[in-house]
Amino acid sequence: MAVRSEVAEPVDDVPLHLREAEATGRSVTLKVWRGDPTGGELVSYEVPAQEGMVILDAVLWIQAHVDADLAVRWNCKAAKCGSCSAEINGFPRLMCKSRLDSFQGDITVTPMHTFPVIRDLVTDVSWNYEVNKQIPPFSPSEEDLKDPEPWRMQQEDVQRLTEFRKCIECFLCQDVCHVLRNHEQKDQYYGPRFMIRTATLEMHPKDSLDRRPMLKHKAGLGMCNITKCCYEVCPEHINITDNAIIPLKERVADEYFDPVRWAARKLTGDKRGRRPVRGMEDAPDQR
Amino acid sequence: MAEPAVNYDEVSTDVLVIGAGGAGMRGAIAAAQAGCRVQVVCKSLLGKAHTVMAEGGMAAALANVAKPDSWKTHFSDTMKGGKLLNNWRMAEIHAKEAPERVQELERWGAIFDRNAKGLIHQRSFGGHTYPRLAHIGDRTGLELIRSLQDKLVHSPGVDVHMEVTVTRLLVRDGRVCGALAYRRQDGGLVVYRAGAVLLASGGLGKIYRVTSNSWESTGDGTALAYHAGAILQDCEMVQFHPTGMIWPPGVRGLLVTEGVRGEGGLLRNSQGERFMEKYDPERMELSTRDVVARSINQEVLEGRGTPHGGAFLDISHKPADFIKSKLPSMWEQFHELADVDITKEPMEVAPTIHYAMSGVRVEPATGASNLAGLFAAGEVACGLHGANRLGGNSLSDLLVFGKRAGDAAAAFAQAGHKAVSWESGQLSEAIAYTLRPLTGEDGENPYQVHAELQDALTRHAPIIREEKGLRVGLGKVKELQERAARVAVASGGGRHFNPGWHASLDVQSMVDNAEALFVSAIERRESRGAHTRSDYPEPDEELGKVNFVVEKDGRELKLDAIAKEPIPDELMEVINSKWNTDYTRED
Repeated sequence: MAVRSEVAEPVDDVPLHLREAEATGRSVTLKVWRGDPTGGELVSYEVPAQEGMVILDAVLWIQAHVDADLAVRWNCKAAKCGSCSAEINGFPRLMCKSRLDSFQGDITVTPMHTFPVIRDLVTDVSWNYEVNKQIPPFSPSEEDLKDPEPWRMQQEDVQRLTEFRKCIECFLCQDVCHVLRNHEQKDQYYGPRFMIRTATLEMHPKDSLDRRPMLKHKAGLGMCNITKCCYEVCPEHINITDNAIIPLKERVADEYFDPVRWAARKLTGDKRGRRPVRGMEDAPDQR
Repeated sequence: MAEPAVNYDEVSTDVLVIGAGGAGMRGAIAAAQAGCRVQVVCKSLLGKAHTVMAEGGMAAALANVAKPDSWKTHFSDTMKGGKLLNNWRMAEIHAKEAPERVQELERWGAIFDRNAKGLIHQRSFGGHTYPRLAHIGDRTGLELIRSLQDKLVHSPGVDVHMEVTVTRLLVRDGRVCGALAYRRQDGGLVVYRAGAVLLASGGLGKIYRVTSNSWESTGDGTALAYHAGAILQDCEMVQFHPTGMIWPPGVRGLLVTEGVRGEGGLLRNSQGERFMEKYDPERMELSTRDVVARSINQEVLEGRGTPHGGAFLDISHKPADFIKSKLPSMWEQFHELADVDITKEPMEVAPTIHYAMSGVRVEPATGASNLAGLFAAGEVACGLHGANRLGGNSLSDLLVFGKRAGDAAAAFAQAGHKAVSWESGQLSEAIAYTLRPLTGEDGENPYQVHAELQDALTRHAPIIREEKGLRVGLGKVKELQERAARVAVASGGGRHFNPGWHASLDVQSMVDNAEALFVSAIERRESRGAHTRSDYPEPDEELGKVNFVVEKDGRELKLDAIAKEPIPDELMEVINSKWNTDYTRED
């Protein structure tokens, strides 16, 4: 393992990530994975620690003082944009929300495992954007669209959606999901993030589409076996499994495995009058 | 000059949108609906733009909670909040069209909190006479972004180029006809040829040290426009949000939403006094941001600050469940990052740089700049907010003017303004500028130049400014401009996702923005809204009639004053109206 350590000249009154240690006087060893698609290694850096410092501060300190080209993706440093996802001591986390003082000993920072590395801590998450495009968007009924009056919805009907709408698309749930991570079945399962997305649409009081055929087939809802790892890593504490995936599984089961409904569907079509998503009714297909 | 021997990809389009926050996405959707091919480029991944950090809500006179509300009151509040420096026509358009844009967003899938009648609920905010902010908890910006994002990716004719940064606009005979950009992922260069360009690249908060702004807010758009020949306006006007976090140091500047005060939060000094009584007894905590920020500053100066130099903001008198449902991210933010439980104890807050009222000077109805083919909307544009922006007006600004600028850019591109070629030599110069930091062997460290720039702004253009300090600051910025022109990536690393290279280009945008700010701040010898001068503590009626503008003259920055179009009498009457505040809230 390569070791690099350097302390720059002190600069008066500069931002945290450029400043020398204040108050704590101690330093922390960060082992950061550096490399590209052809391979890489952990590189050690000594970083002066400051009160309340988060992993992202430490990474930015390295950028400013030691290796300007250390690649990291970040935006808000406020846990609102979901850009700085990585694995800290092997656990998927946001770097901006992980305090140095919550770890003991050396800290290892590696890129998300499930997505291809671009460089250092930056991964190619474009697959997620492709999946999102395949989910039919919000589609109100013609009647609702034509209604000239402002829509009325009750707070209790939108309340359960607010939990799902907190999602910041950090893709940590996708990173940890064993279907995607260990079995590399990206062609068979959309992943927890997009179960949340679909649940929001399915449970929206004004949406008129029926995405159950999509869930059953193309989106691969059945691939999830409810280990709840996604919930554990969610920085927004969205109860992905209990509040989105299980209710979706129930809806799909009701539709496909209830013999009475099956017979009724054969005779009269969908009772709820919702429009099934075209092209998604068939047996599992390849994307 | 021959075109350079550097490889680049070329993309032709009707409308090029630079930035994918609220304004950029709304503009792109409008242009696509008008039948244009649209390319959207954004510095980050889609859906990460700074808009996601907006918390409190979007202001629109829906009159759901307060029946007497109307566009007139919203217009009047906006103008008074901006100390009449606003472009009155923009304020009028904004107040009239915001409700329609909010309803439209709901029909595209956005979810808002409801009142008892099932209509969109609206919360109170500083400077708004009536509860007016449509919101969902305290993450309304994210809701706006996600709703527009889903609409955008399902709009035919739109391509999104993520993690692509524009470094120069390309011009022919005073018309903007393209742009040069680099891809972060592989460092490849892209040349866009466009019928029209919509600039929607946000603000410049990163020029200050303590800011609520995200990494991207480096003033790229204003710098691009300036170098292409566009006029920038009101560059002295940057907003300090009164309540940013101050402790621990790692979170300094992080936004504490005005929604805390909107939901009943109280400000106190170290002696337990509700000090807003002294500064604005009528509106108290819900005074405008400029006033609240100055008041906190004053309390600290007079020795009544909190241990870390701010004020206490307390909402713990409200029930814990109420706080967690109305302000969920605030609860989480303090709990996780500062070990503070806001349902039990007060927060410590201090002013933080938040928003640029300044920006590209535009035609009010279309967002057209003085350069043909260049349009601007959102924070990068100037005019709506005057000398001080009201909370909640930025999100509705994005929708109202994003749409209008998108429509206008589409119309321009469709009016026979086909993509043309830039003036000879421009592209080679732009490429040389873009790649130079990679070749400098012994150049300046971009992070160091950035840190010193932030220091200059923080020290010399603070909440309370004075001529001497501003001149010292301007001197430092000029020196930093020279150093910024020599920045280089010391550790090498090539073009492949190399943050040192990106920082080298960002810092060059920032120093130019800083120069415009200092030059304009020196010239505005009065106190108005966010711009407070200790040497000129009062507003000056004559200066209230002009906007200061800057443009590039040769290689130098030139400052001018442009007379404002007088406010028509009938609108002046609206501004000075008395509003009925005796009504029953329909929560």
